[in-house]
Amino acid sequence: MSTHHEPSLTPELGALAMTSLRSEDTRESVIHLDEIWKIYQTGDVKLAALHGISLDIRKGEFVAVMGASGSGKSTLLNILGCLDHPTRGTYRLAGVDVSTYSAADRADVRNRQIGFIFQNFNLLPRTSVWENIEAPMLYARVKKHERARRIEEALETVGIPDKAGSLPNQLSGGQQQRVAIARALVNRPSLVLADEPTGNLDSRTSEEILAFLQELNQSAGITLVMVTHDMEAAEYASRRIVMRDGQIESDD
Amino acid sequence: MSIWMIMKVSAKALTRNKFRAFLTMLGIIIGVAAVIAMISLGRGAQEQVKERISSMGTYNEQFPVLRNWKIAAGTSFGAQQVRSAARVAVIGQTVADQLFPGVNPVGKTIRVGALPFKVLGVLGKKGADPRGFDQDDTIIVPYSTVQKKFQGGVLYVQSGIVKAVDGQAGYAEAEITDLLRQRHNIRPGQPDDFEIRNFSEFAQALEQTQGVMTTLLASIASVSLLVGGIGIMNIMLVSVSERTREIGIHMSIGARPNQVRVQFLFESIVLCLLGGLIGLGLGVGGSYALTTFLSWSTSLSPDAVAAAIIFPVAIGVFFGYYPAHKAAALDPIEALRYE
Repeated sequence: MSTHHEPSLTPELGALAMTSLRSEDTRESVIHLDEIWKIYQTGDVKLAALHGISLDIRKGEFVAVMGASGSGKSTLLNILGCLDHPTRGTYRLAGVDVSTYSAADRADVRNRQIGFIFQNFNLLPRTSVWENIEAPMLYARVKKHERARRIEEALETVGIPDKAGSLPNQLSGGQQQRVAIARALVNRPSLVLADEPTGNLDSRTSEEILAFLQELNQSAGITLVMVTHDMEAAEYASRRIVMRDGQIESDD
Repeated sequence: MSIWMIMKVSAKALTRNKFRAFLTMLGIIIGVAAVIAMISLGRGAQEQVKERISSMGTYNEQFPVLRNWKIAAGTSFGAQQVRSAARVAVIGQTVADQLFPGVNPVGKTIRVGALPFKVLGVLGKKGADPRGFDQDDTIIVPYSTVQKKFQGGVLYVQSGIVKAVDGQAGYAEAEITDLLRQRHNIRPGQPDDFEIRNFSEFAQALEQTQGVMTTLLASIASVSLLVGGIGIMNIMLVSVSERTREIGIHMSIGARPNQVRVQFLFESIVLCLLGGLIGLGLGVGGSYALTTFLSWSTSLSPDAVAAAIIFPVAIGVFFGYYPAHKAAALDPIEALRYE
């Protein structure tokens, strides 16, 4: 657990504390990065993938993170997704400092606060659509009846209500990505992270998925951060951050 | 995720590749089946030694006591009939069944060689002896009758049986030696012209041999269990590397390292326990078959049954820990990227 974090401070209170510091935007802060460094060391060679990144993303934003490979955008996504921890700096997710969390605590944060959408879908093989969507709720100890309710609701939302019993390899790429989106949403996360979500899809399906993500963001107010190198995909976002050499080059 | 859920995930992973799960279990199955069969055989042999010792010899009127043999019908012959070399007999169940099917043989006459003998009684059923001979296929007559009628009046006995009070066999042996040397007029320093076999020593020696055999067989079986355990570890390691991506997915949606560890550990325990139970079944079945078809005596010990369950679980934990730890220590980023 973080030493900076007051145990009594709930995420909501933390978020309130954050917003009070910022006059220009009153929405709750979902992501607050302060001087984040990520340094990889192989032997004597040190390589900084992130050079002191500071960033704020607020509730309901749809942010595209772009940049060439090696620009640090994947490293940034890993840290935002609590898959990795920064070497230095502070990361507050929904008001809670998670930068020094242990592996087990980061697992809990990923489970409850973050939904992932991957380029290659990353559905559990030989496991039905229903069980794939159910999995995050098992780790969150959601009751069986409530799980069933949420799975049905999520399948409806992503537009494949009749595929519950199918296996991932029986579905098209677009349908698989919809299952992944449903899985990312069931635990009602503060943040959905998408890593090249249309990288494995044809252009027509890509448009469908992107339009769907945009609609989720606009109608349900879901905070979305999408890493992409595709300019057209980035057009669907409301804010575009371009990375270069481990730093933010532009943010608009 | 509750333990119940983890169990479900593990069970699912195992049923996904049933043949491989079976092959993995095979080492444990064979090991446990061998342990059970060996120990059952060893114990059976030990128990048999005791029984065998209490049934041997040629006879006077005290044979039912000496051989621990009950009279099922009629009576045995008495001291008077031994003295008078009477033509009386006590017959075994097999003889009774063959000569007098459905009839009470007591009081009937049978012919031994050219001579008629009166059946006084029928012995209780004893069944096959350890070498498979039918102990009930027997006719017992006074030794004096045999000496007089068949051996032309030779007046000596070839052997005799003495049953000592428990624990006094050594003392009895010394007494008998003195008595026989005196009766045979053997001077001090001269060798005995007779032989005394003390079956309690014989029994002890046999029991010891059996004990050594049981230990030996059990250690051979333990080695095969160890080999089985290494097999489990091998397959669990393969399984971890095969499912690296899957582990990464589970981690990305919230599986804690410890939950991954418990899941894999549970899988290896289930494999071992299942193997142990199948092995137990085979071992018990095998022992039963040996008894039924080869008349080898076996005896199933409750300790062995408990061991057949406890040892595999211990093997599952011991050999499953390293692969489970490896799975839990995976970096989710690299696991997700794994092809």
